[in-house]
Amino acid sequence: MTHLTPGLDKRMTPAEIVASLRDGMTLGIGGWGPRRKPMALVREILRSDLKDLTIVAYGGADVGMLCAAGKVKKLVFAFVSLDAIPLEPWFRKAREAGQIEVLEVDEGMFQWGLKAAAFGLPFLPTRVGLGTDLAALGGLKTVQSPYADGETLIAMPALKLDAALLHVNRSDWRGNVQLFGADVYYDEWFAKAAAKTYVSCEELVDKMEDHYPDDAQASVFERCFVSGVVEIPCGAHPSSMPPAYGWDMKALKAYTDAARDPGDWAAVADRFVGATEADYLQSFGGKEAVAALPLPIF
Amino acid sequence: MTDISLAELCIVAASEAFRNNGEVVATGVGPVPRLAAGLAKLTHSPELIMTDGEAYLVEQPVPLGPRKYEDRKKAGHLPFSRFFDSAVWTGRRHAMVTPTQIDRFGQINLSQLGGTHKQPKTQMLGVRGFPGNTIYHPNSFFFPSHTTRVFVEGEVDMVSGVGYNPAKRIPGGNYSGVDLRFIVTNLCVMDFGGDANAVRVVSLHPGVRFDDVQAVTGFALVNAVAGETAMPTAEQLEIINQLDPHNIRASVIKDNPPGHKAA
Repeated sequence: MTHLTPGLDKRMTPAEIVASLRDGMTLGIGGWGPRRKPMALVREILRSDLKDLTIVAYGGADVGMLCAAGKVKKLVFAFVSLDAIPLEPWFRKAREAGQIEVLEVDEGMFQWGLKAAAFGLPFLPTRVGLGTDLAALGGLKTVQSPYADGETLIAMPALKLDAALLHVNRSDWRGNVQLFGADVYYDEWFAKAAAKTYVSCEELVDKMEDHYPDDAQASVFERCFVSGVVEIPCGAHPSSMPPAYGWDMKALKAYTDAARDPGDWAAVADRFVGATEADYLQSFGGKEAVAALPLPIF
Repeated sequence: MTDISLAELCIVAASEAFRNNGEVVATGVGPVPRLAAGLAKLTHSPELIMTDGEAYLVEQPVPLGPRKYEDRKKAGHLPFSRFFDSAVWTGRRHAMVTPTQIDRFGQINLSQLGGTHKQPKTQMLGVRGFPGNTIYHPNSFFFPSHTTRVFVEGEVDMVSGVGYNPAKRIPGGNYSGVDLRFIVTNLCVMDFGGDANAVRVVSLHPGVRFDDVQAVTGFALVNAVAGETAMPTAEQLEIINQLDPHNIRASVIKDNPPGHKAA
């Protein structure tokens, strides 16, 4: 029997995680495009009444679905893409309808803003953005170096998150995580930029040291940055979760086609969200089908 | 020689952009730029650093199209999680990309067309990494279809990448990293070597005249044509074929025309 110090058992249900979120919050979503997205937690939000969210993401179908469902008040983004399907169709629809506010930034500025938030700084200076339309469109201010060079730089504001959602390969009950795959993107900085970070994982164990001590170097961020954990196998579907499974391009294609015909999210939400996560997974062939999805080739 | 395609000619021309770059990450986005970077590494510039398109560094460029996931030979690791630290913000990279629009200043757009920022007429990808790429490291461009819709009159609809437009430059900023190199299209090769970085045509593909290029460009070009774009050699074609075994390059330029333009 495992005994943990009270408060260190961070297990929650997906519904409890979403219930801890509030209308109007700023939510960071980890992963990158159609890769390593906490889609099961996003689907749980889509099943809830949560609204008026500011979403901060290297966007894929997470952003598209939340836009389509009218959950997004504002989006902070550098791109929204499904890789092999370059243009995210539901995000496009929302943008072309003028439905959402945006702060558009460069990919590097984005992670710089997360780092500013992580370190409790109001901003971090950068050259990136100078000479483009980003500063004027986003209301970004400049600062001048106080040293002899006097250089003028963009002050990338901290992207402070009320909560971050991540999907990782493994966690224990206390939030000791392990992330595998070729690239873990900026999950570490989402976790550190957020007041609360909720982590879904492919595999949950009671004590990491009893199960996978040899993989300790895969703990990309520390458990003090984790507020809640939940095991959701296949929780990144239809995005990829190396090394466990690749993206489901067939599902993403169907999702893309649905933006044209019927073009109405309410008519297809059941298909792409499901009444429950079990229903959803079953409709895409269950765990076996997801496990068989090949890792994408670039 | 008549079965050499225009795409292959463009790959060889584009590979020249990566010559004498030193040990920098050569990134080619899209089939022609990627094959160009691979060809450069396997011929004149073995010092180039390259990824498998995902997160690993490879000394043997990975071929395009379907292959086994693990058949790349990993020489190192350069994931996105380190990409700005290592490649972009240190200036140790040269990217060749295909924006949706480019203007006479070399300003590029990948974000939106028409309308307003609040409600664009056409939303595209977003600025991605263009603002950082263009202020920190060299960039070149490839366009498979040279038209006035790409080479726009005036300025691009949304400036996603820094160019040589003085009016866009916030005073006091450091623009010393802005370094736009070459533009390769289905018609010609251009650079930014004119007065005040004006765009010049430096070579024409076989059968193309300067006036043909000017007619499909929304701004005045400098005629600095030094000759015809070189045709690929047998060795270059062999390497291109190895890097593109599924002939994906045949789908890049409309109707996959030959390198020798039909008279």
